[in-house]
Formats: sequence, C-alpha cells, structure tokens
Amino acid sequence: MGLFYHIGKYFSLLFRVFAKPEKFKIYYRETIKEIDKLGLNSIWIVAVISVFMGAVITIQTAYNTDNPMYPKYLIGLTARDTLLLEFSSTIIALILAGKIGSNIASEIGTMRVTEQIDALEIMGVNSASYLILPRIIASVIFTPFLTLMSMIIGIFGGWIAGISTGVMTTQDYVYGIQYAFIPYYIVYALIKIVIFAFLITTISAYHGYYTSGGSLEVGKSSTKAVVHSSIFILLFNVILTQLLLS
Amino acid sequence: MIEVKNIAKSFNGIQVLKNIDVLFEKGKTNLIIGQSGSGKTVLLKSIVGLHDVEQGKVIFDGTVFNELNFKDKKEMRKQIGMLFQGGALFDSATVEENVMYPLNMFTELTYSEKRHRANECLKRVNIINANQLYPAEISGGMKKRVAIARAIALNPKYLFCDEPNSGLDPQTAILIDDLIKEITVEYNMTTIVNTHDMNSVMEIGDKVVFIYKGAKWWEGTKDDIFDSENEELNNFIFASKLSQKIRDLKNGH
Ligand SMILES: Nc1ncnc2c1ncn2[C@@H]1O[C@H](COP(=O)(O)OP(=O)(O)OP(=O)(O)O)[C@@H](O)[C@H]1O
Ligand SMILES: [Mg+2]
Repeated sequence: MGLFYHIGKYFSLLFRVFAKPEKFKIYYRETIKEIDKLGLNSIWIVAVISVFMGAVITIQTAYNTDNPMYPKYLIGLTARDTLLLEFSSTIIALILAGKIGSNIASEIGTMRVTEQIDALEIMGVNSASYLILPRIIASVIFTPFLTLMSMIIGIFGGWIAGISTGVMTTQDYVYGIQYAFIPYYIVYALIKIVIFAFLITTISAYHGYYTSGGSLEVGKSSTKAVVHSSIFILLFNVILTQLLLS
Repeated sequence: MIEVKNIAKSFNGIQVLKNIDVLFEKGKTNLIIGQSGSGKTVLLKSIVGLHDVEQGKVIFDGTVFNELNFKDKKEMRKQIGMLFQGGALFDSATVEENVMYPLNMFTELTYSEKRHRANECLKRVNIINANQLYPAEISGGMKKRVAIARAIALNPKYLFCDEPNSGLDPQTAILIDDLIKEITVEYNMTTIVNTHDMNSVMEIGDKVVFIYKGAKWWEGTKDDIFDSENEELNNFIFASKLSQKIRDLKNGH
C-alpha cells in the first residue's frame, strides 16, 4: 500500500493521540515512567558516543590544518561548530531512533499482538492516547537535555584528545571554542532535536500500534520504525536547516 | 441479554462473518463453538465493538450498542468484562496492579479501597499470595484466572471469554469453566464463551451456537447437541476417537 495511505493513517492516529486525556494523574505517572525508561537510559550511550566523536573531530581537524598558516584556535572552533550544528542534534537523533524507536515499536507492537491493546480498549481507554502521548511528551522533554549534554561532553572529549596527543594547547582550544560563537546555533540544535524526537516517537508508535500477526511481525515493525524514523530525520534535517539557517 | 441481528464482517474483501442472528441469554453461559478459523474471535470482537460490523445490530438489553456514539459506547464498556485468548495481562504491571487497573481508570476509590476490591476479586478466582508477581512469573492457568479477576473488577453485566481454557490441562480447564459458570450465576451476567473444547460444552453449555465458515450453522443446548442431524456439527463434535467411542457406546455398539 502506498505512501499516502500510511500518511493518512498516521495523521488519524495522531488525531486520536491528542484527544483530551481522561485521567490526568495516570498520564502524568506514565510520562514520568517513560522519561525514566527512554531518557535516563539513553544518557550513557549518548555520553560515550559524544566523548569519542568530540575526540575524533578534534584530532582530524588538527591533522587537516597542520599548516603554520592556520591558527591553532581553528581546531576548537571547528569541533564546537560541528557538535553544535550537526552532531549533537542529528547524529544523536539517529542513534536514539535506533535505541528508543525500536523500543517503542516493539513494546507497543507486543501489546497489540498479545491483545493488551484490545484489553485497554474494552475497558474504555483510548489506547492510542494512553500508550503514545506519554512517550511523545517524555521524549520531547528529555531529548533537549541529551543534546546539551552531548555538546558539553563532546567539547570536553575534544579537549582531552587534543592535549593528550599534543596537537594544541588548552589555551588554543579554549580560545577556539569561544571564538565567533553564535548562541543561535544552540537554539537551532534544540529546535531540531525536539522535532526529531517527535518524529521518532510517533513514527515508531505508528508501526507498533498497527502491527498485526505475531512476534515475527513485531520484529519487522521495530525494524521499519528505525528505518523510517532515520529517513524522516534526514529529510527534516535538510528542511529545518534551510528554514532556520538561511 | 444480548441480541445479535444480521451482522456481517469482512477483512480485505473476504467475508468472515455471514449474516449472523443469535440471542444470548442473561444469567447463562452462552457458548460459541467452531473450528479454528471459523470466525469465533471475530464474532466476539464484533459484539463488543473491537471490530466495526458492516451491517446489522448488536443490542445489549435494549440498547443498540454498535450505533452508540463514542462517549456512550465508552460508558457501556464499563459494564463489559472480557477475557482474551492469551490473557492479555499488562506485562509491565504486577498481578495486583493488573486487577486494579480498571478501578484506577474508572473509579474515584481511594488506593486502599481499590486494593481491597482487587484482592476480593483475586480471592474469588483463588489467587492468593501472588499479588506482587508479574505476568511472566505465573503459570498459564493463573494468568487466565487473574484475567478473569480483572474482567470482573468493575462488576460487569456482560462477560466475554475467548477460549478461556485453551492451553490448559483438562483439570484446570474444568476449574476455569466452573468458575465462569459460577460467576455468571452469582452476578446474573450475560456471558459469552468461545471454545472448541467439547468438555466445556458438556460442562457449561447452557446455550451452544455452532459457527461454521463464518455462518451460524446450528444452535441448541448441551443436551440436544448429540442428537443433532447436522452433518458439519457432527463432524466437529465427533472429530476425536474419544467422542466417537462415546457415541458408539451410547448407540449400543
Ligand atoms: N484482523 C484481521 N484481519 C484480517 N483477517 C482476519 C483478522 N482477524 C481474523 N481474520 C480472519 O478471519 C478468520 C476467522 O478468524 P478468527 O480469529 O475469528 O478464528 P477463530 O474461530 O477465533 O479461530 P481460533 O479457534 O483459532 O481462535 C480467519 O480466517 C482469519 O484469518
Ligand atoms: Mg479465536
């Protein structure tokens, strides 16, 4: 079935997701649970990847500008802008698509094939809203923190790599990361990550919610969730960059 | 009492339910029997509104359920308890939390009142000392019983059970059947049970409806079932060597 069929079905699901919640307290509790499960559990992987990417960007920049004509502060500046503009939003989003996208799709998909969603519906619960809204809110709240954390840790990783390999001094680096700093880049990254988080959770929830069959199909939904989330992240990255930076 | 009037349902152009008319009585255990794939689950889910029917009416004690608006339907659903084929307990919640779930959603009871009610229901189905376990930690028969406890937590007027004893040993299966029967009488509910187990038919078949390829093929009570002339029904009932033997004995061979 075609793309338009899925887009229509996706929006009608979103429509149900944003219906008025019946019991606010229960939604609140679910959201806290999801922040814990999706957000806090992602801190470690984001930290590890950020420190290594910061290190690699710094070393590569250092070797590519290994010419006395280039000032040393270029290293810090390049590391900073790469992290702020692309890495801590887009690349982190792609990693989260793999981690939380597959988690959401397989959890909701399992609930579908084991009739837990039917059980919710029969109790008169709006299952779409109950299962998906807390996940959207949780991810939209925590991903900006992950992005900020990634920026800080990435810059720190760059510093460690730079001084331990001796390609620059701490002074060069600190000067570089402050040089021609544009605070708006942080805003740009945060806007992007919030939109990416929305895409990841809703696309993955969509695939999970409309799983039919058994555990095999749950696996397929989870793969589709990751692939489609990643494609839409890349697509929206282009669109948002054009809109926000031009 | 639930009346089903001329309902039909298809998936992707294939008709799964064909113009079904049937009446399910109050205070009785009404059984839907039929082969695997004959449409029992689809029929049950169409009655409770998990599937939208294409035509016809489903009437719950005078209220045309399938024509209600979203809000009224939701209100009605609080009077419906359902036991799913696999139990459908919430994996991430303990046994007690599962039974408390409908109470959390729909009542303004305090926490201790809800716990009290949940434990009452668990005791009713003979689940004791398992409150803090997760569904993955209990046996299949216990899951079914917890699911029954959850289904009756809000004192429903209607109870639906999709193959309550599939995957259980004969002894446990009979326990579950008897439990369903007892609860039905105790709360004067209208109960509909899907099954392909002849033991259940003999045990609790107050009314039996035989579905064949999506159509109602026969109806009657557990007492008339062996005297039926219906060929497909006979093929279904006497599929096993055991039931053939019983028939032969009965006929004096
Ligand atoms: N959601 C669905 N989409 C498409 N086809 C379906 C769907 N649900 C059921 N069917 C089809 O409807 C038919 C009847 O299925 P149903 O699940 O009602 O059988 P059943 O009588 O409950 O069998 P069992 O005893 O094995 O549970 C099957 O052929 C099945 O493939
Ligand atoms: Mg079935």
